[in-house]
Amino acid sequence: MIDVMLKGLPFLLQGLLVTLEASGIVVVAALVVGVVLGIGLSYGPRWIAWPIRLLSDFVRGLPLLVLIFSIFYMLPLTGWQISNFASALAALAVFETAHVSEVARGAIQSIHPGQNEAGKAIGLTFSQRMLYVILPQALRRFLPPWINTVVDTVKGSSLLALVGIVDLMLSIQQVIGRTFKPMPMYVLGALIYFAINYTLSQISRRLEARFAYVRE
Amino acid sequence: MPYHLNFNLVWKYFFDKLAWGLVMSLELAVVGIAIGIVIGLGLAVLSHGSGRAFRTLVAAYVEFIRNVPLLLLVYLVFYGIPSIGGFKYDATTSFVMTLAVYAGAYLVEVFRAGLDAIPKGLIDAGRAIGLGQVELVLHVRIPTMFRIVLPSLGNAFISLFKDTSLATVLAVPELTYGANWIYTNTFRIVEVYAVVAPMYLVTGYLLLFGLRLLERRFAIRRR
Repeated sequence: MIDVMLKGLPFLLQGLLVTLEASGIVVVAALVVGVVLGIGLSYGPRWIAWPIRLLSDFVRGLPLLVLIFSIFYMLPLTGWQISNFASALAALAVFETAHVSEVARGAIQSIHPGQNEAGKAIGLTFSQRMLYVILPQALRRFLPPWINTVVDTVKGSSLLALVGIVDLMLSIQQVIGRTFKPMPMYVLGALIYFAINYTLSQISRRLEARFAYVRE
Repeated sequence: MPYHLNFNLVWKYFFDKLAWGLVMSLELAVVGIAIGIVIGLGLAVLSHGSGRAFRTLVAAYVEFIRNVPLLLLVYLVFYGIPSIGGFKYDATTSFVMTLAVYAGAYLVEVFRAGLDAIPKGLIDAGRAIGLGQVELVLHVRIPTMFRIVLPSLGNAFISLFKDTSLATVLAVPELTYGANWIYTNTFRIVEVYAVVAPMYLVTGYLLLFGLRLLERRFAIRRR
């Protein structure tokens, strides 16, 4: 079993890089857009908050696989020439953005409204209040659950294999297609995913313990 | 856009592939969570009063399942385990087992938190009326815990319902498989997903709504 694993390992590296690249891009995009949407959900007027809520509930109500299939196959129909990698990433990014926006909303709304009002009272503008008052305090509520969405992204990226992106998942399948020894490769793949995600989960747990002193 | 919508082909296969697919999805989720509850509850109750070795074992199970993609587990159970075990099981059985083991890992934590959240006074009251250790678990701890964890349990069920879409990779005839079947046979991808997405959404939110009602019915009321 071990020798099959060692022989297969080099063939997984390229796939692992694709998994990491895809997850990295999606995590960054979802972070930026998700935080903006989270602010919109918390402080936006109804005509901003309402469409975001609708979109977020829509996306989170669907299985990720269904979202990936629909976006992956429907994007080209709009006439937009887009690579299959970008198309698959877009699908994953939409899903993760919705989740990050909820995490951001939760973190922001956990900050006492008095903080915002105090900021107003000393004449800070909205962006100053966000930048200097709300977001720094919301950060510690945001980080632990956000890292969990990063774990979900890495796990979710395995579904990209189903639309033909040669990530870690699909390269495992390809090696098995040549060796016909499924178990060693699946175990090896599970260990690689586990190594990445367990590290992230532990960081999340540490941060949560680190920030546990904060009492409102 | 030079694409003409044509829903006729979707309606033609609607009952056969999509409606029955949805029923299959729900069945997978129900059986999956039922076995998952048994696994989760068993491990949570056992690890409550047992030594470190057992608890480490449970923690290893939970961490492993939580940090590996479900898709990989689905493949591992269906293709991997039979290849070394020398036996076979059909795709549906394999998927349900995977889903149950997956749900179990999440539910152990839920049940453990639930057991910890039982007010000490209730357990003392149980002791005071002379209940034994086993009776205490069966008549006080578990019923109270279920009321406490009902919201988490409901969320786990809905999320499991969505995860049944992965069964399509094993050709289990559930909703996503039905969608892909229609797509590969008629090439009506937009129409198929325009029908399937609302089916998932409506079912998911109906379940959510129903579970919220159930929660309100069983909420612990304090006077």
